[in-house]
Amino acid sequence: MKITEQEVRHVAALAHLELSGDELKRMTHDLDEILAHMDKLRELDTEAVAPMAQVLFPGAENSTLREDEPREPLSHEDAMANAPAAGAGHFKVPRVIER
Amino acid sequence: MEIGKLTITGIQEALRARRVSARELAQEALRTAREENPKTNAYLLLAEERALRAAEAVDAALGRGQDPGPLAGVPVAVKDNIVTRGVRTTCGSRLLENFVPPYDATAVERLERAGAVVLGKTNCDEFAMGSSNENSAFGPVRNPAAPDRVPGGSSGGSAAAVAQGTAVAALGSDTGGSIRQPASFCGVVGLSPTYGRVSRYGLVAFASSLDRIGPLARNVRDAAAVLQAMAGRDERDSTSAFAPVPDYQAAMTGEARGLRVGVPLEYFEGLTQDTAAQMEKARALLASLGCELREISLPHTSYAIPCYYIVCTAEASSNLARYDGVRYTWRAPQAETLAEMYSLTRGQGFGAECKRRIMLGTYVLSAGYYDAYYLKAQKVRTLITRDFLAAFEQVDVIATPVSPFPAFRLGEKLDDPLQMYLSDIFTITASLAGLPGLSVPCGRTAEGLPVGLQLIGPHFGEPVLFRLGDAFERAGGASL
Repeated sequence: MKITEQEVRHVAALAHLELSGDELKRMTHDLDEILAHMDKLRELDTEAVAPMAQVLFPGAENSTLREDEPREPLSHEDAMANAPAAGAGHFKVPRVIER
Repeated sequence: MEIGKLTITGIQEALRARRVSARELAQEALRTAREENPKTNAYLLLAEERALRAAEAVDAALGRGQDPGPLAGVPVAVKDNIVTRGVRTTCGSRLLENFVPPYDATAVERLERAGAVVLGKTNCDEFAMGSSNENSAFGPVRNPAAPDRVPGGSSGGSAAAVAQGTAVAALGSDTGGSIRQPASFCGVVGLSPTYGRVSRYGLVAFASSLDRIGPLARNVRDAAAVLQAMAGRDERDSTSAFAPVPDYQAAMTGEARGLRVGVPLEYFEGLTQDTAAQMEKARALLASLGCELREISLPHTSYAIPCYYIVCTAEASSNLARYDGVRYTWRAPQAETLAEMYSLTRGQGFGAECKRRIMLGTYVLSAGYYDAYYLKAQKVRTLITRDFLAAFEQVDVIATPVSPFPAFRLGEKLDDPLQMYLSDIFTITASLAGLPGLSVPCGRTAEGLPVGLQLIGPHFGEPVLFRLGDAFERAGGASL
């Protein structure tokens, strides 16, 4: 076993993902199989290999920065338009701090 | 006027000779799409108003004697993970069922500026995660070549729309093969450009170090014309490349003599008999074009699947963290506390494959596993990239199958995620290395299923891919 149901429960909590009992079982089975396949990477000695995080091409250090000129931003209304709940120009969420 | 037979050049000539107006073309395309869509479910939405407005602007420009742009009047479909201002963009997810973006993706903006007419949004695997288009919350797409089979994924709707003849070209996105594989399954041309060649601004993020927008079209020339209009630096995407954009049409000389084409041994193992037979014919055709075929080796190929599924799920788990019930239209109605709002919204909103990838990604990034999985995969990514860089010292292009098999049946691999992942084996390597890959039709199997030839080029090697792809196509590659 690469992963137990208890570990899957822990990872789901880290990911803020509610999983049903059936989903937990299925997920444990799937992750176990996939992680076992991923172990293949251990065959390779990568001690002296640098990690690749991004495809990079030569360019000046700050070349991706544009001139700092103010521009018209997205309007407040447009930015809020897809909010599931909003009020007074803010996103509304369930109470965070108990009185 | 059959939309399915038009080419971009043909449309430009017809418009300028006033044989047809852009409005008539758009109306015909919309009518065909509406009529044909029940057969495939390729479109999730037709943007009639926007399409007609764009077409009228082209006609007005022509009326004033102005140049309406190189893609004037060309009906294009856009994958539904590329945002369109005021036009619903769902990413194939319940979570975004009612999401109406407040801005346009750069790629869409540039296409429209070139005169293209965006017809609508195409179906895809949820958040582009899948190889069959069966992971869409809005139902699977059927392959126009064989309705009981998948169109491939994740850009299945875009490939089907082009194959079905309802759009002349389409935009897809490719993270591990999501343009090339559906293009091959449906028998159309698809290009995953060099990483950074096309701005990702407005492409809903899945795995940011791998994601690209690219064209699907019925021939190489049209794909090149669409790329031409989109490519180039965009200051709104810091990873978009500064490299100048060459003239792609000029690259297509019809001549491929002397090109050194690498044939990697590792990519010809485990093919179905039919696919292997088509690859044999492709090799012979390339040789007859005067290409010099060289057997090469890309020794780390078999490590690509685990490497890719660690890197992409890690990035996906971070990117999908934003769907928390606060900003993007949907929140689980039962949620009473903040913690419930997060976990119920995500638990009910995401489909099975998204959940699997979020879980995998969270796991490989979590304390105690980061070095063993994520860091290890990043190092292996370096090795896979080095394989390619070494190969391109000896060859100009690498030729491989796009997929080990042709389109499979709906439901065939749905219950076995690992088998589904393994179907990306020949496309994810170029994705990891940031290289461009072109999928060109390479005949059909005995059952009539399309097979695709993948041409991989060096970074910014799109011109040589178009040159060889176009020559292959003209020499009859599609009817091998």
